[in-house]
Amino acid sequence: MKKSEDSESHTISVLVDNEPGVLARVIGLFSGRGYNIDSLTVTETEHEAHLSRITVVTAATPMVIEQIKAQLARLVPVHSVIDLTVSGPSIERELALIKVGGKGERRVETLRLADAFRARVIDATTESFVFEITGRTNKIDQFISLMEPLGLVEVARTGVAAITRGPGGLTPE
Amino acid sequence: MAREMTGAEMVLQALADQGVTDVFGYPGGAVLPIYDEIFQQEKVSHVLVRHEQGAVHAAEGYARSTGKVGVVLVTSGPGATNAVTGLTDALMDSIPIVCITGQVPTHLIGNDAFQECDTVGITRPCTKHNYLVRDVEDLARVLHEAFYVAANGRPGPVVVDIPKDVQFATGTYNGTPNVRHKTYRPKLKGDQAAIRETVELLANARKPIIYSGGGVINSGPSASRLLRDLVKATGYPITSTLMGLGAYPASGDKWLGMLGMHGTYEANMAMHDCDVMLCVGARFDDRITGRLDAFSPNSKKIHIDIDASSINKNVHVDIPIIGDCAHVLEDMVRIWKARSVQPDKAAMEAWWGQIAEWRKRESLSYKSNDDVIMPQYAIERLYQLTRDRDVYISTEVGQHQMWAAQHFHFEEPNRWMTSGGLGTMGYGLPAAIGIQRAHPDALVIDIAGEASILMNMQEMSTAVQHRLPVKIFILNNEYMGMVRQWQQLLHGNRLSESYMESLPDFVKLAEAYGAVGLRTEKPSELDDAIKEMISVDRPVIFDCRVNKLANCYPMIPSGKAHNEMLLGDEPEVEEVSEAGKILV
Ligand SMILES: Cc1ncc(C[n+]2csc(CCOP(=O)(O)OP(=O)(O)O)c2C)c(N)n1
Ligand SMILES: [Mg+2]
Repeated sequence: MKKSEDSESHTISVLVDNEPGVLARVIGLFSGRGYNIDSLTVTETEHEAHLSRITVVTAATPMVIEQIKAQLARLVPVHSVIDLTVSGPSIERELALIKVGGKGERRVETLRLADAFRARVIDATTESFVFEITGRTNKIDQFISLMEPLGLVEVARTGVAAITRGPGGLTPE
Repeated sequence: MAREMTGAEMVLQALADQGVTDVFGYPGGAVLPIYDEIFQQEKVSHVLVRHEQGAVHAAEGYARSTGKVGVVLVTSGPGATNAVTGLTDALMDSIPIVCITGQVPTHLIGNDAFQECDTVGITRPCTKHNYLVRDVEDLARVLHEAFYVAANGRPGPVVVDIPKDVQFATGTYNGTPNVRHKTYRPKLKGDQAAIRETVELLANARKPIIYSGGGVINSGPSASRLLRDLVKATGYPITSTLMGLGAYPASGDKWLGMLGMHGTYEANMAMHDCDVMLCVGARFDDRITGRLDAFSPNSKKIHIDIDASSINKNVHVDIPIIGDCAHVLEDMVRIWKARSVQPDKAAMEAWWGQIAEWRKRESLSYKSNDDVIMPQYAIERLYQLTRDRDVYISTEVGQHQMWAAQHFHFEEPNRWMTSGGLGTMGYGLPAAIGIQRAHPDALVIDIAGEASILMNMQEMSTAVQHRLPVKIFILNNEYMGMVRQWQQLLHGNRLSESYMESLPDFVKLAEAYGAVGLRTEKPSELDDAIKEMISVDRPVIFDCRVNKLANCYPMIPSGKAHNEMLLGDEPEVEEVSEAGKILV
């Protein structure tokens, strides 16, 4: 997907009925209409009420962002759609597991940087570490790029979870 | 009232409770329990089609001519996949359909069982919503919900996929046709402030236009009535999309004709030059706008639509109003009548004067011919000879469709059924069958092309079996005329594969089906032949041989603006830009 000049990144949370196929509907909407998905997370958030929360990070022109929100809102099992990027202050976090190999001096440098980023060692061998790091997407990106020359082996990321600040919440209408 | 019954019984009970009297379908292994129930009851009658695509189009014709939900019943696998074109057609044109599909038993789902396909997966992008019912206890709710979703908000097709074991299983039917849906509750009333602002803008306009679409028809007869009230109260000119024909009467003096790619000169010029545009239930699609960056450059635009996602999709509008056309128009007419500002008389006179100039261009005129039937002439005669009757028109797709839109005139909504969004060749005959089923005594005519009609010709059998005396009026030019026209205009007249070689003898074909065949080649014989067609109380195939190389004008070529129309009497060798050529 080509990104045009005035493309901006938005984090959109969608509260859906947790019924079979609902994720396919959302993903199909994005692929079918040619929208970007930069990150996508989904899990049941309220078991009793059968609600799931889908968080999508997408990049598009303002007009297309409005389209995406309207298209999401008209899916039958969707309760509500909120654009966290414009709805006021919000917090975004992502978790990543990062495996870095290497021996000798490089391991010291790796640990020093991990410490600076508050990445925790959750597995270690004499020639590798697995770090757990949480933070905003760009913090994780930055950490990964620093690890690359030091022996980055692989990365697993959860995608973005996001929520508004303050007492208000995303509720079914 | 809660009762114990099987899933198959529930299907019929729910249909009856929804007031359904006709179902279009085709049996198969995975729906046999439902067919068994059909056999044992009398409330719901079944029309056996000859191909599942035909079932969906027939249900569309039924729905569009009545305002009710059309119902389809097909088997799993190939039955469901054959229905896909019809479902997509209904989605594009916002037609309410409930399509029940059989599925292999739940324990076989995912095992590549015989006639298994992932129906909900395949139909997810071509339905408004779909369901796979795994538990008979959910079935009644889902069926009623399907009708609710199909008919409310922007209408559309809904698939309910029912595994065979669920059809056999026993559960509780607590049928409440009135659904209060958990999440889907479309907003009907428009924002009052926006409506007041619209009235203000309209009253101060110097070159206003009303542009209406299929949304007005879908909203129901009261929306058409209110649209007429608004036009009458304002005195403003009105045009409509292909889908919206009939909402405002073609005989009305404010009518500019259809707009868009094959719309009239006056409609398109007025759209281009207007200063205030009120769009009622239309969606600014590419057939309407032409080149987007040159679309009505100097106007303030107001858009009424029940679907928020239609707003600002293609064209930026100044005042969006989300709501049902009838509700919004009701408020608008009321507020208009109570307003203080009067439209500028001199400006209105000048605007109507300009429109009169454009009308003088007579953009729908064509060169008449005494020896060969001109296709436009054939439609004109068909219109004149049927206008006093209770007539419903469906069409196939191509030049004949556009000529029908231009030369057959509609006074009422729900009389004109054509595949607008998807442009599905093969739509017209099954649609006509559905229409005739809903209106047994009406005159139902499918205006067809000889290429399109062959796509669902098998449905002649359906018409004959069910004594549905539909008339198929073929403008036979021996070409995929619309394809040939584009090849002439855009591809150096290299007529690649657009000649219809080896056509059947349509008269004999009609007879083979047990219907009546007629043929005319001379303009002088046309009227009598049409009269004969009308008088026959059986299905008729009318092979009307027309000029083979006539082109459909006016035309806004791809990539051009409204004020760059090609008119019939101008030289045709106009260079289409490279950017235009890639457009469809
Ligand atoms: C199912 C389908 N396939 C292909 C097309 C592309 N197409 C549009 S018009 C047309 C030609 C139609 O020919 P005919 O029915 O004879 O109508 P005419 O244009 O000659 O009036 C074709 C092939 C289509 N619209 N639908
Ligand atoms: Mg033809």
